[in-house]
Amino acid sequence: MLKIENLQAGIEGKQILKGINLDIKPGEVHAIMGPNGSGKSTLASVLAGRENYEVTGGSVTFDGKDLLELAPEERAGEGLFLAFQYPVEIPGLSTTNFIKTAVNEVRKYRGQEALDAVGFLKYMKEKMAMMNMDQSLLSRPLNEGFSGGEKKRNEIFQMAMLEPKLSILDETDSGLDIDAIRIVSNGVNKLRGKNNSVLVITHYQRLLDYIVPDFVHVLYKGRIVKSGTKELALELEERGYDFIKNEVNVGEEA
Amino acid sequence: MEIYPHQLLFNKDTQWNLDGGSVVGVADIERYRLPGHEKANELVFVNGRFDLNLSKFISPGLQVLALENASEHSELIEKHFGHSAEYLKDGMHALNTALMQGGAFVYVPAGVELAHPVYVYHVTDARAHDALALPRSLVFVGKNAQLQWVENFVTLGSGSSLTNQVTEVVVDTDARFYHYKLQQDSKEASLVSSTHIRQIGKSFAYAVTISLDGHIVRNNTHMVMEAEYCESHMYGIYLLQGKTHVDNHTIVDNVKPNCYSNELYKGVIGDEATGVFNGKIFVRQDAQKTNAYQSNKNILLSEGASMNTKPQLEIFADDVKCSHGCTIGRLDEEGLFYLQSRGIPEKQAKSLLLHGFTSDILEKIQLDPIREYAEESIHRRLEML
Repeated sequence: MLKIENLQAGIEGKQILKGINLDIKPGEVHAIMGPNGSGKSTLASVLAGRENYEVTGGSVTFDGKDLLELAPEERAGEGLFLAFQYPVEIPGLSTTNFIKTAVNEVRKYRGQEALDAVGFLKYMKEKMAMMNMDQSLLSRPLNEGFSGGEKKRNEIFQMAMLEPKLSILDETDSGLDIDAIRIVSNGVNKLRGKNNSVLVITHYQRLLDYIVPDFVHVLYKGRIVKSGTKELALELEERGYDFIKNEVNVGEEA
Repeated sequence: MEIYPHQLLFNKDTQWNLDGGSVVGVADIERYRLPGHEKANELVFVNGRFDLNLSKFISPGLQVLALENASEHSELIEKHFGHSAEYLKDGMHALNTALMQGGAFVYVPAGVELAHPVYVYHVTDARAHDALALPRSLVFVGKNAQLQWVENFVTLGSGSSLTNQVTEVVVDTDARFYHYKLQQDSKEASLVSSTHIRQIGKSFAYAVTISLDGHIVRNNTHMVMEAEYCESHMYGIYLLQGKTHVDNHTIVDNVKPNCYSNELYKGVIGDEATGVFNGKIFVRQDAQKTNAYQSNKNILLSEGASMNTKPQLEIFADDVKCSHGCTIGRLDEEGLFYLQSRGIPEKQAKSLLLHGFTSDILEKIQLDPIREYAEESIHRRLEML
């Protein structure tokens, strides 16, 4: 589904990703872990198409298409979804209107008919029930004055509404207490299926107790330096990132 | 650089025509009538003169008279006509006072709450000549009365025009005055629009100014709170493109204690348009316990757009709560990316962000047909970006 080959990218002339290789197949859940500054959020930004990042080498194909050639809205149409680490507050724009516009634009891109007011409401009610989403949140301006947990729930709700093939969760656990993590993770797990994949980017292992990955990769200094199964995450939790750093640094010296 | 309309006025190449025998009929203004006019009083000025034949009054109690025929109210007129000159010591105001012909006196007697608004059309006829119009009104809202006042500015034809308008409003005890000003005139139309609201008793005043088009537009909007416990609100939005210049000069004058005022102006400026906000709040020495807030927020859409803003407070009392502030910035790129990442194309995402930015001002318009009309006008404008 997603194939990243030797991806190199940076911002303002500073190279951050120095050759990433990653292959995500339908139905798989991958986790990318790594210390601060290793390039985790850069990877998420590059995949979603954030403008100020510059790709200097390598390729990303998504369902056979060259992802890097597409505008952010086209990537969404193709079925890529980024749950933001810091969801943006947009005063004056109602959450429901925003989601309705997004759903219908994505449907248009996918060659489906736009939902009318009644059809949309029905669809939204279904997803709200599924995700235990509160109506009061949806009538407020987008993310404005939302708590950290509410913002992240809103992200996962948007994910449910847009039905992506690949969801990238960028540090969705940051700033959340354990109850909020559980709620958000439950939402993600409900959306898992054999045709859609998840890429979880996180600093801590605890999120992976709830969203259990098939593969874990460690990102350090812009490269994936170690890959394994969920046991790798536990090992990292126990031993910290230092043992990875030491292995890499020893390797570099040799 | 600020450009003042008097520079146009004294351009020797321009032949200005002051009411040179133009004839404006019902058919000429039909398409400019605002939504909801079926249930509104309509007050029409043609080239600055109050035109009784084109006007229509449906509300019982409302009195609209030519200023020169309003002798039964001579005491009120003598007392209140021209009081804005204390605040507008400039040539444009003096010109209006010196040359105005056929102004209107609007009287809402005590206790009369007009169910229907008054729509005011300032029609300037620039079909045959360039035109100068000097509309003048004095509005008196009596004790415990209510008036909703909607002003629209229309230039006919393709000639240049200058409308230099002065409206003085007096709001008596327990009265409520709502004022909505819509400005989307032709690219050749310049306007100086002065609205001076004087609250002489504990009362409520409310003004919303929507500026979308024109050549050079200057608004002087003043609220003078001369009694205790007055409340006043002043809001504005300007969406500018081309080379339009819109200048909002506002004054909130707290003369007596315990008054509340809130002021918020927002602007979106594109192309090579320019905007000015100059907001002044006075808190006089006697005006203790004043609450006064003022804010001006702007988004610039292009390299060539510019905005000058000057929020000002002058406080002579020592127990007050006041704030003022301003922002000028570009469209939020992070917000734009957020919307795009949800599948919304860039153009539409920009439009949504700007709709969000303008929505809180539009919500201030409490007259439904006018709010819907303003929303549609702004929607059309944002679609064009």
